[in-house]
Amino acid sequence: MQYPMSNIDDRANAAATAPEHHAAVGASDKPTRTLWGDAFKRLRKNKLAMFAIVWLAITILVAATADLWVPQVLGNPTASDTATMAANSRLAPSFEHPFGTDTLGRDVLSRVIYGARISLTVGIVATGISTIIGLVMGAIAAYYGGIWDTIIMRLADTFLAFPYTLFVIAMIAVIGNGIQNVFFAIGILGWPQIARVFRSAILSVKESDYIDAARSMGASDVRIIARHIFPNSVASIVVYATMNIGGAILTESALSFLGMGVIPPDPSWGTLIQEGQKFLQTEPWLMILPGLAILTTVLAFTLLGDGLRDALDVKMKDA
Amino acid sequence: MADTNMPLLKVEHLHKEFPTGSGFMGGKFSKKVVSAVNDLSFEIRAGETFGLVGESGCGKSTTGRAIMHLDPPTSGKVYFEGRDISKMNKKELKAMRREMQFIFQDPYASLNPRMTIGEIISEPMVIHGVGTPEERIERVRELLDVVGLNPEHINRYPHEFSGGQRQRVGIARSFILRPKLIICDEPVSALDVSIQAQVLNLLKDLQKQYGTAYLFIAHDLSVVQHISDRVAVMYLGKMVELSDWKRLYAEPNHPYTQALLSAVPIPDPDVQQNRKRIILAGDPPSPIDPPSGCRFHTRCPIAQAKCSEETPEFREIGDGHFCACHYAAPFPIKESHIDL
Repeated sequence: MQYPMSNIDDRANAAATAPEHHAAVGASDKPTRTLWGDAFKRLRKNKLAMFAIVWLAITILVAATADLWVPQVLGNPTASDTATMAANSRLAPSFEHPFGTDTLGRDVLSRVIYGARISLTVGIVATGISTIIGLVMGAIAAYYGGIWDTIIMRLADTFLAFPYTLFVIAMIAVIGNGIQNVFFAIGILGWPQIARVFRSAILSVKESDYIDAARSMGASDVRIIARHIFPNSVASIVVYATMNIGGAILTESALSFLGMGVIPPDPSWGTLIQEGQKFLQTEPWLMILPGLAILTTVLAFTLLGDGLRDALDVKMKDA
Repeated sequence: MADTNMPLLKVEHLHKEFPTGSGFMGGKFSKKVVSAVNDLSFEIRAGETFGLVGESGCGKSTTGRAIMHLDPPTSGKVYFEGRDISKMNKKELKAMRREMQFIFQDPYASLNPRMTIGEIISEPMVIHGVGTPEERIERVRELLDVVGLNPEHINRYPHEFSGGQRQRVGIARSFILRPKLIICDEPVSALDVSIQAQVLNLLKDLQKQYGTAYLFIAHDLSVVQHISDRVAVMYLGKMVELSDWKRLYAEPNHPYTQALLSAVPIPDPDVQQNRKRIILAGDPPSPIDPPSGCRFHTRCPIAQAKCSEETPEFREIGDGHFCACHYAAPFPIKESHIDL
């Protein structure tokens, strides 16, 4: 080599930035770091995001295993025993009923836990529907451009021009209430934001030099999309979808509060608040505790999304 | 090849126009076009370095992209080893791209941030189905060493490297298939001066080792001088002068070339202070509506009436020395024309 100086310089610099990896990579040829592995390492340093993950994990675990223990330990969330109903009506929180009981003598914690099943499912399923539609629409608009872009994005603008909750209510009014219709309405109406985010992500990636580089090497369209465009635009969708779950939970609660979502006696957080608000002055926990469930869960999804945004940014060097 | 005199790359009357305006329907109905490259013809021989210089916006990068068929030319022919690129089908074009690679200007934008440098450098091999995975890794490690990077860093991501190191990664990628021609689109202009020299030396060494030809695009004559066998100067989409670099530097025949050369800094304060600089007035005219006749006449210190009427022919004025000027002469700009 004619330029030993440059060698030494470059290597020294690179080694200085990540000495521990230098040693690790030197030991073997195996990749010691992957993109998602790196992202998780960065996420682990974010205390708020980790707290959110733990909170969501507990919530999901409790909701998923509810059938196994909740009815036995806390009581049936939907049916009430007519014999003891009057005696058990609207009891204050106690060891036996941590969240108290409602008018019909049902355990509120039990109802909140079963409500979590509905709220979480709505959040995930509705976001899933929005994301799939949004990804397809956004991808078509960005790849094909021209007239397709115009049609799809103007359609998205039209959807966004209506107040979201009102639009969902109108749709529920047309297709009728019930939990499947709530999934459907929230999911269908949520696509424009996802489409916009994905379209702009693809557009910014599409123009980059590394796409030109791949084309100049003779890479096929499929390879360019799968290896270059998708990995570089998917992060924004992961972040957006995570936050969107919280939004969908809120919308479902609002609908149920207005009596347009879940049909009683099935519990949903919105229904619980609606039932509890009548007793706000005498038994405030009936409304506040389900409200806290919504607050913490939505907040957790938002914090997780925030943490993911930072973690998925490859330009963040540490880890 | 049967014909040993056949140039590796031959460009004939290359034109590249872009529609202007982004109005209704993307300006499809507007007749105005930016003529980015206008009637460019040149040849590159195997193993030589052909420098292409000009100021920003003169169409030199567009030329490189048109040759590579990243933006297909509007008209004109590009022959690679005697075959017309525009007539190639997808398969032939892919095969051609194995022999012709590109080095990009911005080392921060030209590497996919989601791939390790091992994946980036071996990608041409993967695309063209060369070698087994083990052979690819071996080749990448070998090449990392050649370009002056640590082969142990094969699993790192581009953001862990400096600009100069990234450009070395880009160079390794372009060399992995041992192509016959590499189009270097301002490969050093985004780098520090100290790193520029290292990268230029690396390119020279690799050329010696592999016998690759370069189309070396730059806006800086001093960079081109380091590496080129022949140099072409472009102004507003047209080639104004072409010669081997020694002659071009010793005897510039076009006033624009002379102005460019007078702007190259000389690392000697005494000389630098006392030399006569040719300062061109104004900005380059818009390529949407280029000046009539000689495109340079609006800024030329020695322009005559004829210059705005007749387009000067790109003619041979000496052995392999071409110039497009009615008044081509060694040092056409006399001191009396220099306005200080």
